[in-house]
Amino acid sequence: MARVVVSMQPTAKRGDVIEIRTLAAHPMETGFRHSQTGELLPRDIITRLTCTYNGVEVFRADLAQAVAANPLVIFTTVATESGTLEFRWTGDNDYIATHTAQLTVV
Amino acid sequence: MTTRRSFLILAAGAAAAPALAQVPANIQALRRAALQEAVRKVTGGAAIRSGKVKLDIPPLIDNGNSVPVTVTVESPMTPGDHVQAIHIFTEKNPQPNVLAARLGPRSGRATVSTRARIADTGIVMALAQLSDGSFWSDEANVVVTLSACLEDGLI
Amino acid sequence: MRALLLPLAIAATSVAADIPLDKRLSGYEFMSRETRALQDDEATGPAVFALLDGEALWKPCAGCHGDAASSMNGVAARYPRFVVSKNAVLNLEQRINACRTDKLKAAAFAYESKELLALTAYVGRQSRGVPIAITLDEKTRPVLEQGRKLFFRRQGQLNLACAQCHDERWGKKLAGSTIPQAHPTGYPIYRLEWQGMGSLERRLRNCLSGVRAEPYAYGSPELVSLELYLMWRARGMPLETPAVRP
Repeated sequence: MARVVVSMQPTAKRGDVIEIRTLAAHPMETGFRHSQTGELLPRDIITRLTCTYNGVEVFRADLAQAVAANPLVIFTTVATESGTLEFRWTGDNDYIATHTAQLTVV
Repeated sequence: MTTRRSFLILAAGAAAAPALAQVPANIQALRRAALQEAVRKVTGGAAIRSGKVKLDIPPLIDNGNSVPVTVTVESPMTPGDHVQAIHIFTEKNPQPNVLAARLGPRSGRATVSTRARIADTGIVMALAQLSDGSFWSDEANVVVTLSACLEDGLI
Repeated sequence: MRALLLPLAIAATSVAADIPLDKRLSGYEFMSRETRALQDDEATGPAVFALLDGEALWKPCAGCHGDAASSMNGVAARYPRFVVSKNAVLNLEQRINACRTDKLKAAAFAYESKELLALTAYVGRQSRGVPIAITLDEKTRPVLEQGRKLFFRRQGQLNLACAQCHDERWGKKLAGSTIPQAHPTGYPIYRLEWQGMGSLERRLRNCLSGVRAEPYAYGSPELVSLELYLMWRARGMPLETPAVRP
């Protein structure tokens, strides 16, 4: 089953600022909802998204329960050199998802 | 001596207590305090200035479960002058934090977007932390509407 | 509620209350700019995962149907439809399950299961932009009439008929929300209220419990007849599957 989607242009001119759209499949259960029978549904959320660019962290987001289900995070980065962008989502209950994208900088 | 008036007030309070057991009577004050505390954790009590920050959020929300939010901060994003972090808070949620983004010169632009959950009509706040140690913010008042017919647990 | 009920004089089969064809508006038109943007976001909209899952679930179907973009183009816009092999009018979910059990010898997907929603969304997506076209013949006409009767019938403790809100009061407010015309142009939808995907039948059951009526069971003849009537009522409108709704 699909876990994450990253939408990013594959090539860019050196120095351009590119937009990166990320989406992760996750219910982001807040820990404030109750089941039919009155039990509290425990918190289960993604807590962090990081993006590294050729090994250097260029973006980090700490997410709370108030981020909607299937969290979307959009940010920008400067196209400095060709290389690999690695995305990593972590969260409650040892949740981990990763994605790799190549960027060619001309 | 317990006057008749204070007895009636106490009795009414006791009768109402079970119904209100889930939400304290002063919930608004508590949530406002939680928001202020969350902001203070970031700023350490430093002054927050208006300006530079633009919080883009619809003033009237179809459904509070998924509300597009974009924060943009005017900044050259150079090593000497850039935005280090953008924080988004809400006033009326059970807890005030939405998202905290760490940026830097590699970001190119100081902007972050997400989709937030906003439980009720109230204030949403964006706070930017700059490399020179200053704090800037923008606020928006949003009205949250709800579906007319809810499922009530029926699927 | 009293304000709604008092001035009403509803004829049970009032055709005059029907919305003129050129005045019909999709639920998309009643949403905010931001919610519309969610539907238009092809790359990272909230329905994206259902489409990706649907694409994966399509693999066994490809054995007969090949590439979905060509074989399924226009299909969802024609459902509910009379299916000869079952001698009944089926909705798209039922048709997919019939194919799975009869041709693939696989288990049917449960109604509202993640799999069925994903596959229906994926099949429906192949008809995005195609005008809805329901066949009217001696097989479908009786079912359509049953659906029409249900649409105009007062139901539930609130004693409301679908037509009273969706034919007569669309555009007005109900508890802060604008009443849409109720055209099922984008099912299955990602509903913000559900924080997930759901079928037309789930939405209809919501409406029924909203007027405090006993909701019909999934796959029941009542719901299928109502789906047929609603799709026929939306004839000519382009399909938007998978839509996003508040």
